Amino acid sequence: MNADRPAWEQLSALRVVSPIQPRKLAKVPFVEMAEGRLQGVVSSGSDIERVYVSSITAGTHGYNCSTNNNRPCGGLRGAPCKHLHSLVDEAVLQYGLDQVARYLRVEGERAGDLVRNLDGGHESIPAAVVFSRFLRHLAYLELPPASEPIAEMHWFPSLGAVS
Amino acid sequence: MLATQLAALREGPQPGLDEALGLVAGFDDALANGFARLGEERAEALTALAGAVAATPLGPLAADAAGKLAAGSIAEEHLTALAGARTTLLGAVHDALLARLDTALGRTRAPWNGSQPPTADPLTSACRSWLAELAITGWRGVDHELASSADQAIQGMLAEPRLRRAGVLLDGLAAELRASSPVGAMEHLPVRRWADLWARALLLIRTGAVEGAEEVSGRLLPLGVDIHEHGTAAQIQLHAILEPHGRLVRTSVSAAKVDTIAGPFVWQLFQDHPVLTGALAKHLSLEITGMTLLPSGDLIWQEAKAGVGAYSDPFATARVQLGGASAPAVPPLDRHPVRVAEPVFVEGYKSDGAVIRLDGAELPFDLDRLPQSGPLTPQLLKASTACIGLMRWDGGGWRLQPLAVQASVKKEPVAAHNGDWAQGPTDQKVLKSGAKAGDPVSVLKERAGRLLRK
Repeated sequence: MNADRPAWEQLSALRVVSPIQPRKLAKVPFVEMAEGRLQGVVSSGSDIERVYVSSITAGTHGYNCSTNNNRPCGGLRGAPCKHLHSLVDEAVLQYGLDQVARYLRVEGERAGDLVRNLDGGHESIPAAVVFSRFLRHLAYLELPPASEPIAEMHWFPSLGAVS
Repeated sequence: MLATQLAALREGPQPGLDEALGLVAGFDDALANGFARLGEERAEALTALAGAVAATPLGPLAADAAGKLAAGSIAEEHLTALAGARTTLLGAVHDALLARLDTALGRTRAPWNGSQPPTADPLTSACRSWLAELAITGWRGVDHELASSADQAIQGMLAEPRLRRAGVLLDGLAAELRASSPVGAMEHLPVRRWADLWARALLLIRTGAVEGAEEVSGRLLPLGVDIHEHGTAAQIQLHAILEPHGRLVRTSVSAAKVDTIAGPFVWQLFQDHPVLTGALAKHLSLEITGMTLLPSGDLIWQEAKAGVGAYSDPFATARVQLGGASAPAVPPLDRHPVRVAEPVFVEGYKSDGAVIRLDGAELPFDLDRLPQSGPLTPQLLKASTACIGLMRWDGGGWRLQPLAVQASVKKEPVAAHNGDWAQGPTDQKVLKSGAKAGDPVSVLKERAGRLLRK
């Protein structure tokens, strides 16, 4: 259909980052594939002040889950806890199964399979690094307003509706 | 816009255009490969680029920079000089395209009478070094570490309103490089785009705010709204006619965001601008008093100086007043083909959803600029017969970015505008799926409120 489109190389305005799919943020406000890990933050179901920091290392599949104050998650008893399950579920919603599976280097037809097929064990991954990345993510919403028009945004068309 | 105007736009080649873009492509190729490994051929491409601006005040600087880079001595000032030469060439391309469009449309344009003094902010030094490092390494050598190494410096710039514009640009570039790392493994590189962003960042960091503003009062008649977005920023830009002068102006509001806030939820970021979003959602005119208008035609939006007026149909404004409206000048630094976004009105065409056909003339829709935050869809474009849009030029051709269309759906006339959902979606299906997803902006603001200040 787009045979007559100019080459990617010659375009100024185009989409380089694949769009992420919208999802409910209440349970897992933050998921990312960065620093060699699938990592994120899961809100506690019982305490509104508490969040769990969950992460899975790509390739080796070592995983960890603890509170933001570094208390180990009680649900980690020789197998991934419910927070890690939620993390993978939401990552699959946000990025798609293929991308998550490829990043972690694990196989599976569904999000649940990915967690089941992890072949690593509990590993000490510091929560502080992930949590501070989450805080930096949130800090965007607190930036003071600026009123100057940003002409450079013409390079960034609103992520288009693909029919 | 008439078929004859469209034909005039395409009539004959644009002299010098291919040559200018060829020189730019030579520079972009060198940048993709890295200035640390120029080689003879790529060094010649830089010399040719510098040669093209020899007759301008930039000439000696650019020639010296090309020579120094070829000899393997790379300093930030040399990179800036060559970024300036590339920007000058694309500026000339922009001017030629816009002049041809203005002639075809019979549109008069104000001369530039503003200024943009140079500046040097110490907060930007880390980002300047990063841009230099990227140029030395080349896109093909960029890995996660280099792509992320300016993150903290960019955060620092974003937190300073005076550096926001450059910060937003750098954050967008850094996110693309991170997502593409290691870049060496990519089959195709967006070389034009990344060189654009790199060169603009380098120059923008050294340029102060536009001076030469005036205060204006009157009535704004909206034409349509353009929506810009990357992972961590969104901007809405309203194109309107300022009465009583019949001047085309634009007013923009931007907000920082995160990638999980997208689609219709982007409007949530602008709810502290109820006058502006209300006018968009309800198709009202705006009464403004003593608002600042930059010589670039950008009205600095201030809710306190605006009030909503009477109902105003953008299609009536486009039919009756757009043809005779005068256009603002484009600031020299902004002159780049990507910035060409001229409001036009086209009607009486037929479309397959991808291209409009008007008395034998054809013009493709810019489907890459059709946002998910509004009701416009390719299906609706196919059924459309009238369109308010922006003329865009990219990849060697003109395209029409729709801002609003009139269409016939099940034999009923309908009108849809990009800003229709400015105060929430009006489409039942979208409303329902939005209610299911919850509101990401309030969820994240709650989390920020609880966790950030500890």
